[in-house]
Amino acid sequence: MPSWGALLAQLSGVNRYSTSLGKVWLSVLFIFRVMVLIVAAESVWGDEQTDFTCNTLQPGCENVCYDHFFPVSHIRLWCLQLVFVSTPTLLVAMHVAYRNHGDKKRLLQVRAEEAELENLKRRRLQLTGALWWTYACSLVVRLLFEAGFMYVLYALYRGFQMPRLVQCVEWPCPNVVDCFVSRPTEKTVFTVFMASASSVCMLLNVAELAYLVVKAVTRYGTVVLHFSSICW
Amino acid sequence: MNWSGLESLISGVNKYSTVFGRLWLSMVFVFRVMVFVVAAQRVWGDENKDFVCNTKQPGCTNVCYDSIFPISHIRLWALQLIFVTCPSLMVVAHVKLREEKDLKYTVLHEGSHLYSNPGKKRGGLWWTYLLSLVFKAGFDASFLYVLYRIYHGYDMPRLSKCSLDPCPNTVDCFISRPTEKKIFTLFMVVTSAICILMCLFEMLYLIGKRIQKALRVQNSINRLLFAERHEIKNLVPPRSQTRRHYSPQSKSLSKMDKAKETTTTL
Repeated sequence: MPSWGALLAQLSGVNRYSTSLGKVWLSVLFIFRVMVLIVAAESVWGDEQTDFTCNTLQPGCENVCYDHFFPVSHIRLWCLQLVFVSTPTLLVAMHVAYRNHGDKKRLLQVRAEEAELENLKRRRLQLTGALWWTYACSLVVRLLFEAGFMYVLYALYRGFQMPRLVQCVEWPCPNVVDCFVSRPTEKTVFTVFMASASSVCMLLNVAELAYLVVKAVTRYGTVVLHFSSICW
Repeated sequence: MNWSGLESLISGVNKYSTVFGRLWLSMVFVFRVMVFVVAAQRVWGDENKDFVCNTKQPGCTNVCYDSIFPISHIRLWALQLIFVTCPSLMVVAHVKLREEKDLKYTVLHEGSHLYSNPGKKRGGLWWTYLLSLVFKAGFDASFLYVLYRIYHGYDMPRLSKCSLDPCPNTVDCFISRPTEKKIFTLFMVVTSAICILMCLFEMLYLIGKRIQKALRVQNSINRLLFAERHEIKNLVPPRSQTRRHYSPQSKSLSKMDKAKETTTTL
């Protein structure tokens, strides 16, 4: 749990440089995904292997069947998804830190006052030029990670529904063995919830990307108009 | 396990690292410590309870588990993460030592400083930093090797056959969640390998920068010697001296000034 706190603190720091859609995305991520994962989903999946019961006395059969039907647990996939999806924001943070470092060096050489240096830390950078590209790239990477993990979950578990009964023919199980998953309905509810939260985040990312592009195009458009009005 | 204490200690190192060092630190904390704490520990959580052997012989399961897992992956990774993050503390300690020396010097010599910037990687600190990188890469590589040797190549078989005492004949034993464990093992191995590569890049970068600086100094010395031997007067001072008169105007402007000076002498 302390690790989530540290990551979230880092992300909150970057919040200053995001657009308003970015801030909404961050809140959705914190509240509907990380919090739900920590507070609720982990307890639902907590007893997954101990309460996975197979109709057999054959030792080892349960282990093998569980491993066959759940190669990677939903919980682990979501944890990895959240870690990977938060990472591109750190790219933006690094870019901002790099810019601040360069500006600070220049200010120190000109022997600026303390107040100006403080201002540097507190100012809000404009999303233009290289920073725009870094931010746009981070959005694209985020989208790719989200979509990738959703696809992996869908492909591994053949949909978002958790079956009540699975039939297992792996060795050393004799013939066909019926195995029962613990709390399938609750798990289905949470899977659908996390999938919808993930789709909402993806939509927000797409909207933010569109907004950035439109802003850049209008800015370019006004610059062109300005130049053309000067020339003629 | 309290990783937050270690995290706060290591965050202090961020100030004295190069770009690669900061990247390495983020990589370690996000992809290794975080994934270890939130995901990997749960996967290995029930390893002893759900290790099942096809036998009723008491003690057989325990003995077989012990022979297959002399030291659990989780414990190895915890040790690896601790050992790998600690060399950075050497750098912090050295900087603290410098700051203390500087303070004592300032008190003795009334105002003047021994070090203009205790955190700048010059002299002894450069060597300490390089040494810390060597240790980091070394620890990572040795832990990877140890894991490879103990588990015969990052393998996690579903079934292992065990014939130790008191097990009768040969007994089939089944590990819990082998596929998930294999996926996380590979993930941790790949991130360790990336971290080792980053350490190597950083070492090359540091050494390259040092060589570049030395070559530059050598170049300016050669220029001065050439000027003296051929009796050229009013030479533009070397770059290391012009920096003192750096003006807030653009670099191109100061180059023009230099050009003006040389044209007036010729």
